[in-house]
Amino acid sequence: MDYGSAAFAAIADPTRRRVLERLSTRPMAVGEIAAGMPVSRPAVSQHLKVLKEAGLVSDRQDGQRRIYAIDPKGLGAMRAWLDQFWDTALEALKAEIERREEGDQDP
Amino acid sequence: MTTTIKPAPVKKSISVSATPERAFAVFTQRFDAWWPRSHSIGDAPLKEAVIEGRVGGRWFGRLENGTDAQWGEVLAWEPPSRVLLAWRIGANWQYDPDLLTEVEVTFTPEAGGATRVELEHRHLERMGEGGEGMRASFESDGGWLGLLKLYAALLDAPS
Repeated sequence: MDYGSAAFAAIADPTRRRVLERLSTRPMAVGEIAAGMPVSRPAVSQHLKVLKEAGLVSDRQDGQRRIYAIDPKGLGAMRAWLDQFWDTALEALKAEIERREEGDQDP
Repeated sequence: MTTTIKPAPVKKSISVSATPERAFAVFTQRFDAWWPRSHSIGDAPLKEAVIEGRVGGRWFGRLENGTDAQWGEVLAWEPPSRVLLAWRIGANWQYDPDLLTEVEVTFTPEAGGATRVELEHRHLERMGEGGEGMRASFESDGGWLGLLKLYAALLDAPS
């Protein structure tokens, strides 16, 4: 699996971003996350699965409950951000290189 | 079960209508002209972004309050074909002299006088080794959730 694409796709969904925002306040079980959202608990579980596969959240078993938290390493988000960032930066580099080319003699 | 996945390097490739010499010079000497203004660290706006053109040269942002915010340094300087930079900014958006990720940029001639610019940002997994300091800051706007918001804004912007 392409790790960067997974994180990219995971963040692109507004419901999943909402899940991440809720988890940013504190670790929660599925029911707590779903309680504040207009989507079903099974749907939230599915979103959590995608976020976990993308490396954005981690989970642990706490008795009968499974507690979800933002992955403190945050590498999925960091990598996705850098992926987008370097695209933007290289486009700007290309524009600058080719702008500087104007006015020069063609070889 | 928590699994740790080692993130793959970020790899980018773009073709520019210029010689490798020009592409290398714009990337390095004219770094300030193309580096996105919004991308800087420190507590003041970015005035000038600089790559000092020699091995060991600093890679930094000069801020409007007169201070310099170090980002990393030049590890290899091979004009016009290759430059290797140390990127020492972690996922907590702070300079960390103990963190080493590498940005390698190569400039290869193509047919028709163009140049292929290839960039690889690697060893990203080391950004996850920040320990307690990073853990303490990851929830703040300066941490990765802040990055996430910036990133989401990019995704939401009309293209």
